[in-house]
Amino acid sequence: MSSARVLTGAPLTVPPRPAAVEPIRPEIVRETGQAHGAPVVEKPLSVFERLYNQAWLRKILILVLLAGIWEAYGRYLDNDLLFPTFSATMEAFFRAVADGTLPARAWSSLKVLLMGYAAGVVLATLLTGIAIASRIGTDFLETLTSMFNPLPAIALLPLALIWFGLGNGSLIFVLVHSVTWAIALNTHSGFLSVSRTLRMVGRNYGLSGPRLIGKILIPAAFPSILTGLKVGWAFAWRTLIAAELVFGVSSGAGGLGWFIFENKNMLDIPNVFAGLLTVILIGLVVENLIFQTIERRTIQRWGMQA
Amino acid sequence: MGTGQPLLEVDGVTLRYKTPDHLVTATYRVSFKVWPGDRFVLLGPSGCGKSTLLKAVGGYMAPTEGEIRLKGRSVTEPGPDRMMVFQEFDQLLPWKTVRQNVIFALEASGRLKGREALERANLYIDKVNLTKFADSYPHTLSGGMKQRVAIARGMAMEPDILLMDEPFAALDALTRRRMQDELMMLWEETRFTVLFVTHSIPEAIKLGSRILLLSPHPGEVKAELNSAATPEAALRLESRIQQMLFSEEIEEAENV
Repeated sequence: MSSARVLTGAPLTVPPRPAAVEPIRPEIVRETGQAHGAPVVEKPLSVFERLYNQAWLRKILILVLLAGIWEAYGRYLDNDLLFPTFSATMEAFFRAVADGTLPARAWSSLKVLLMGYAAGVVLATLLTGIAIASRIGTDFLETLTSMFNPLPAIALLPLALIWFGLGNGSLIFVLVHSVTWAIALNTHSGFLSVSRTLRMVGRNYGLSGPRLIGKILIPAAFPSILTGLKVGWAFAWRTLIAAELVFGVSSGAGGLGWFIFENKNMLDIPNVFAGLLTVILIGLVVENLIFQTIERRTIQRWGMQA
Repeated sequence: MGTGQPLLEVDGVTLRYKTPDHLVTATYRVSFKVWPGDRFVLLGPSGCGKSTLLKAVGGYMAPTEGEIRLKGRSVTEPGPDRMMVFQEFDQLLPWKTVRQNVIFALEASGRLKGREALERANLYIDKVNLTKFADSYPHTLSGGMKQRVAIARGMAMEPDILLMDEPFAALDALTRRRMQDELMMLWEETRFTVLFVTHSIPEAIKLGSRILLLSPHPGEVKAELNSAATPEAALRLESRIQQMLFSEEIEEAENV
């Protein structure tokens, strides 16, 4: 009862401070750097742990597993027209590689792709150049990219066929469309995101105009530029294969898409799978080997990964 | 250059800049003179336009009134004769190593080339004790080390004046103190002229040989003081500066 009155009745009184009961503690100063008696400072991991830490090894494991499932399902289905086995696909793949048809088809696809890609890069550079030079140029680029970026390049193919006829002209037109906007968009946003400090540093050295762009802005925007190039490449590759499925023969030599379409017409399904596999392989090589190597040597080394 | 002439003259400079909705007057008719070998500190609370003033001296911004003259010539654009050291850690080019960063500054500005640039870079990297890290990329360095590279880069250019915009403000207190000591040692060695912006009174007293006190909104010169030589004088100066800045704040508060 009395304790309750203390709690409610006297809110303004300061609670009594505890008397200084703790003893005066001595100060502690220690000598450091004598940890050589510690049990384990460093110890290598076991072989399994080290192998399991390798990403590529884990991925190969997944691939092997998938191939196994594929093979098992193919054998169970036992219908080469619908779903050839993994081994039949590999056999068709190596046959087509050995007799030179697949490499020739892949090369003719890549040739068109490189032409379209290069033209797209040049166009994107021009557009970005105009965009950095003036405010109206920026508006121009932003309007165009927001209009054309959502438009799938393949949707322009019918129009391209009327304008340029059956042939590489139409393919390149469609490719340029697929590449340009992605690269221009990324490059431009990369330039915009270069920090004010870096620009000021560049001007402090007396750089201006093209020298400032070449020596400061482009390297500083490189992560975005590389992203643009990667996205542009992926768009281009998908667009090309799709376009070749619609038509792919120019002067008798078609690309990979045409190879797939042709073999489907002849009901040679293992060859269709082999064609698809080649499309995947080329995509993987470019994205994982070429672009990743560039990335590792540049933006990862510079600590600029976005 | 004759000793009878100041190195840098800031003569009745008014600076205005536009934000999206306001026209801001950063400084109003500020005048001061910096002599060769000065450690001239611009000191004031935030909003007194000291950083803007430094940018104007750097040539990044033109005064709306008055003139800035370096060695008698009017300052109109940025140039390597006035090297800036910024507060931000991202002032180093991330795609170049420490050594390449210093060399690039020398070569891009046309000061030195090839072998000479390399030797100059090595000399100044050694002066800031970073020889061990000369081949490292900036992202692997600590904040204090990055600022040391920026200082080495600025000094390697051997500019007429080194402009430092709160270079130690983003560092932790211990690193900051060490950097201040190192800067003083570098100055003892080479006696360069430096214009230093800070909002820390102790830093101004420690580093400066002459202190320009600015009042805020807009920035006006309140006083131009000589720094203190002895610790006791430093304490007195600190309280004097504090009074000058603080008394105004009290007046302002009373007016509100």
